[in-house]
Amino acid sequence: MNVRALLCILCLAGLPVLGQSFAGLGDNGDGYAQVTADSPLVFPADHGAHPDFRIEWWYVTANLETEDGTQMGLQWTLFRQAGQPNDTGTGWQSRQIWMGHAGLTTPNRHFVGEIFARGGIGQAGVRIAPFEAWIDDWRMAGPDFDDLLLSANGPGFSYDVKLSAYGPLIRHGQDGFAVKSETGQASYYYSQPHYSLSGSVTIDGKPQQVTGTAWLDREWSSQQLSGDQTGWDWFSLHLDSGEKVMLARIRSLKEPHFSAGTWIENGQATQIANGAIVFSPLETSDVGGRDIPTSWRLKLPERGLDVEVRALNPQSFMTTLFPYWEGPVSISGSHTGVGYLEMTGYE
Amino acid sequence: MRTLLKALISHWRQKPFQLLTLVIGLAVATALWSGVQALNAEARASYDQAASVLGGDGLTRLGAEGRDVALEDYVMLRLSGWKVSPVIEGRLRGPRGSLRIIGIDPITLPVEADMLRLPAGSEDIGAFLSPEGRVFLHPTTVDRLPETFPQHRIDDSLPPGVAIMDISLAERLLEADAVSYLIFAPDQRQDLTPVEVLTDGRVGKLAQETQGDLARLTDSFHLNLTAFGFLSFVVGLFIVHSTIGLAFEQRRAMFRTLRACGTSSRMLVAGLVMELSLIVSISAVAGMVMGYVIAATLLPDVALSLRGLYGAEISGELSLRPSWWALGLGMSFAGALVASVQSLWRAANLPVLAPALPEAWHAAQQASLRRQSALASGLLIGAGLLLIFGSGLAASFAVMGGVLMGAALMLPVVLNKVLSLAASRARAPLARWFWADGRQQLRGLSLALMALLLALSVNIGVGTMVDSFRKTFLGWLDQRLAAELYVTASDDAQGADIARWLTADERVDAILPIWGEDLAYQGWPFTLYGVVDHPTYADNWPILEGLTTPWEKIAGGDHILVSEQLARRFELTTGDTLSLPVPNGAVPLIVAGVYPDYGNPVGAAIVSQARLLRHFPDVAKQRFGLRMAPEDVAGLQAELTQQFALSDSQTIDQAGIKGFSRQVFEKTFAVTIALNALTLTVAGIALLTSLLTLATMRLPQLAPLWAMGITRATLGRIELIRALMLAFLTAILALPLGLAVAWILMQVINVEAFGWKLPIFLFPGQWIALLAMALGTAALAALWPVIKLRRTPAGRLLRIFADER
Amino acid sequence: MLKARAVTKSFETGGRRITVLDGIDFDLAAGESAALTGESGSGKSTFLHLIAGLDGFDGGEISVNGKDLSRMDDTMRSRLRRETLGVVFQQFNLIPSLSVADNLGFQARIAGHYDEDWGRDLLIRLGLAEMADRFPEQLSGGQQQRVAIGRALATRPALLLADEPTGNLDEATGDTVMDLLLGLVAETGTSVLMVTHSQRLAAKLDRVVTLKGGKIL
Repeated sequence: MNVRALLCILCLAGLPVLGQSFAGLGDNGDGYAQVTADSPLVFPADHGAHPDFRIEWWYVTANLETEDGTQMGLQWTLFRQAGQPNDTGTGWQSRQIWMGHAGLTTPNRHFVGEIFARGGIGQAGVRIAPFEAWIDDWRMAGPDFDDLLLSANGPGFSYDVKLSAYGPLIRHGQDGFAVKSETGQASYYYSQPHYSLSGSVTIDGKPQQVTGTAWLDREWSSQQLSGDQTGWDWFSLHLDSGEKVMLARIRSLKEPHFSAGTWIENGQATQIANGAIVFSPLETSDVGGRDIPTSWRLKLPERGLDVEVRALNPQSFMTTLFPYWEGPVSISGSHTGVGYLEMTGYE
Repeated sequence: MRTLLKALISHWRQKPFQLLTLVIGLAVATALWSGVQALNAEARASYDQAASVLGGDGLTRLGAEGRDVALEDYVMLRLSGWKVSPVIEGRLRGPRGSLRIIGIDPITLPVEADMLRLPAGSEDIGAFLSPEGRVFLHPTTVDRLPETFPQHRIDDSLPPGVAIMDISLAERLLEADAVSYLIFAPDQRQDLTPVEVLTDGRVGKLAQETQGDLARLTDSFHLNLTAFGFLSFVVGLFIVHSTIGLAFEQRRAMFRTLRACGTSSRMLVAGLVMELSLIVSISAVAGMVMGYVIAATLLPDVALSLRGLYGAEISGELSLRPSWWALGLGMSFAGALVASVQSLWRAANLPVLAPALPEAWHAAQQASLRRQSALASGLLIGAGLLLIFGSGLAASFAVMGGVLMGAALMLPVVLNKVLSLAASRARAPLARWFWADGRQQLRGLSLALMALLLALSVNIGVGTMVDSFRKTFLGWLDQRLAAELYVTASDDAQGADIARWLTADERVDAILPIWGEDLAYQGWPFTLYGVVDHPTYADNWPILEGLTTPWEKIAGGDHILVSEQLARRFELTTGDTLSLPVPNGAVPLIVAGVYPDYGNPVGAAIVSQARLLRHFPDVAKQRFGLRMAPEDVAGLQAELTQQFALSDSQTIDQAGIKGFSRQVFEKTFAVTIALNALTLTVAGIALLTSLLTLATMRLPQLAPLWAMGITRATLGRIELIRALMLAFLTAILALPLGLAVAWILMQVINVEAFGWKLPIFLFPGQWIALLAMALGTAALAALWPVIKLRRTPAGRLLRIFADER
Repeated sequence: MLKARAVTKSFETGGRRITVLDGIDFDLAAGESAALTGESGSGKSTFLHLIAGLDGFDGGEISVNGKDLSRMDDTMRSRLRRETLGVVFQQFNLIPSLSVADNLGFQARIAGHYDEDWGRDLLIRLGLAEMADRFPEQLSGGQQQRVAIGRALATRPALLLADEPTGNLDEATGDTVMDLLLGLVAETGTSVLMVTHSQRLAAKLDRVVTLKGGKIL
């Protein structure tokens, strides 16, 4: 069995959110549960899986600093995908497929780990209380969502860190109903951007103590991009001034691109309207044969934001079955700070 | 060079028949060899495919010997960081044959386990994981599918008899409640807790034997084919050798002239090599084509043999491989070169002005006989030592090779002794000449006679084996198939209904359930049957060795009967204790006896039904044997079929099953018999060409006798009788050699290859037939030269007296 | 003893008919010896072969010991050859598979009148006693030709036909062999017809006949 070919198709069919438009799919989620504006999020229930929706993820990115001041970044992601609507199968008959991605980035190295698992048999899943999300031996677990232990490993690296929330959950869009296109494609989307982090990362068998700040995204939906959307550029920014900012641009075949964002100040989230943000790539890097912008100028005039965002390591490319760019960035200009950048759909 | 070649080739234009003989010899040699190679290559390719799917990818398998792996253990290993991938495997027995179901989890399957190649982007990929599922199988396996089966796709790269599908579908089809085994990915983290520790020893590394055994197991069969192919090749080369020798003899004068005209001996040899290459090219291609036809014709039978003997599946279609062409043509050229080396050497060293002395045959023969005798003795002693101290299949075949080659080399030595003894006893001058000249002819004929000896003795050996096997097998079948009617229910519930219905029927004397569970003993698959206590078994079931009342012991519950294969493999004898693997442990049982189970590629064992049900309550309860009066069988069969809506294949009477078994048996040996006959034919051709060559070379030796007043007719008769006499002596000598071959085949090789021993039966009728055939072949081969001699005009004989040869 | 009248013989070669013997008349009395000489292709060997019954002729008649060859089939001619004639060729034409003694006695034995004493006598007289058990390949040319002569004489033939019997031997050996032969035939009263191109050898016989262009000169 050519597992790569097989899963490639599965991912294309099921994970259009990763940026590849796939004709006929992704536009609508026939038979799957639909995202609506009038069903508010409920916690802690919504921390768990929503198997009726086609696609879902638990997504942690963190900016780290070692004791000697070296900047690093880590990523921990668990994807869930339903193979069919109304999947009631248990055990081997379940049609849920899980996928884990882990990344660790230093200024000159980038490590990637990847795991696949079937649902239904316990190899991967999410439990609400006490909270635990796992796939194989990767874990995000704690007594609750505010206090989590995060671990993963891959070729050449592993990490084991503790996340402690110091602020509230943030609902994006309208109370967590986040629109993704002019034609109304939407997802449920909330975050916990207020995590302080401590723990250890191990590279080539050498452990190092790290501290830092982490951002957790939760998102699920059954239809994501509209047909002509090709990928996106997503920024999560931890400003030294204390604000947290999420900025995203969803690129289309025809301009203007759709943009969305959330300005978070003192635990309060304010939605940023489509078109309010100016995204300007400053320079591109050759990453695995692709031209990918690894340095940006972001302008949000309404907040006085005018910053240059630069990748810590331009080669932060996730060479997973379905590849994309994901890595830590540093911020300079009107504001300073650190953050994470995710870019999909660059060929 | 061109002129030279033209001169050389002009010879063949004058002697088209000789050219034909040469081409036939080479083509036949190439044909059988390459045919066999094509068969082997096809089978090996199938094994490789099978191996890569069925465990030959070199990846470790984890599991529990004889038991499944609990799902919880699999998940626990994954959660502990081990990269393992589950497989649910089993057999689905359908009316049209058994299907090996392999359910994989493509999500976790290591990339290295290349079990199924799907074209990227095909909709099959999504369908594979869909609830409906999609099955992939080899084209020849399609007709074995049950009537209702998920959609399938054809994939030539899969081994026949196997259906690959998603693990979820396999779970449903096989009603499995656990995982059969785990595939262990090659890259694992180093710091993990050992699997055995994690699972408390429930899961461990599986012996690869059950999986990768196929190639080793079938080695004997292929070695057998190769041996036949090589034998034919060698025999074919005898033809080439004698024809080239003949052409050399006839062109001796031409060579002298060419040399006298200033052709260097190097040029002459180069010319001959070029000429030979030309002929070899044509013959080899013809031979390859014939070889392909032979292989294509035999392949279905080979496929059947392999399935019948080893359960090995190979596809019934032959594909042409470039390596096969290269190898076949290469062998052909190399063979032709070897066969012509002597003639080329003589051409190179040809004296331009030869003294007309008689050939110094006597001294040369003595020396070569001494050499051969020493070599033969060495080979025979070596074979003897290997027989005593060696073990394994390769050693067995080496013994066979040593005996055959040693005996063949010894043949001229023995014949020479016999002939000189006869010559010294003979009083009449012609009789004396008859024997003495036979000795001289040995030089030219010994190769052909050796070929005949090999072909005959292998024929006797294989014939004895096949017929002994047939006799044993059919006798065994008669005993073993004691029940008059066999019924297979569609499921357990129907099985119970049928049993109830039959119990009420007064025509049925006894209902004997045939329930078996597929297990593994130390990694080797076997089926455990449970039998009820009934005199049928004691009266009919053949036993090789055992306690006095094995069936009573079995009924007692703490004894077990094992098949010969199982017994030999694990060196079990009566009275030993066998640790029967059962769920959650093992039960010690005493071996009550060993019974023959010919033709079964896997092991088998019998316990009481009570014991079987105690450990395996879920065993399929679908098959029954019925004891009843033979005249009631047809009626009951019809009623059963009607009552329970059974298909034709679900009830089968004794005669039917015997007929089927016989047919499988005959097919199994069809290839051996066909190759046997072909080899004998080639030996006949070799004898014919050798005699023809000799006939031409013998004219100078016969002419003086004619000059002294012996008619050509008389000379012809003597020549014919002498050829027959030599063939007869060879055939007589082939008999003990053939029996030795049979003994090695049945008592040594069979045990190594199949796991059972056969009693040897002698078939003198067969020997007489072969003797007649040998004499017939010799007569046919000698007749032509004799007729040619009788028709030789006096002028040609006279020229011998005048010409300088 | 030997009587030939108007014997003709022609061969077909390459579509052309060549007359080799063109009306030969020849007589040989009992005990008489004659040499047949002539150039190559004069037909002398052919004439010898016809007398030996080794080949058929086209016209005329040949009788040996009063028996008419032209009325004989191959079987009868073979019988005549084996019982009445002795033939010695230039190529000694011994049977390689038989020992010297067996070769010497071979024709007499198959003719059914082998005389042990005469055979042993011949072996001694021809100087072959020491090598009776050897095979032809172990003998020199002169020794081999002596075996061939012994074989021809062992039957006590009425007529000895010899075709260049010393042609393959050097002069000294040839003379020795020739003297042996002539001594023996003189003793047994055998008639001799010998083809030779050597005038020196021919002179040793009673009479010399020369063939040219298929006719006797």
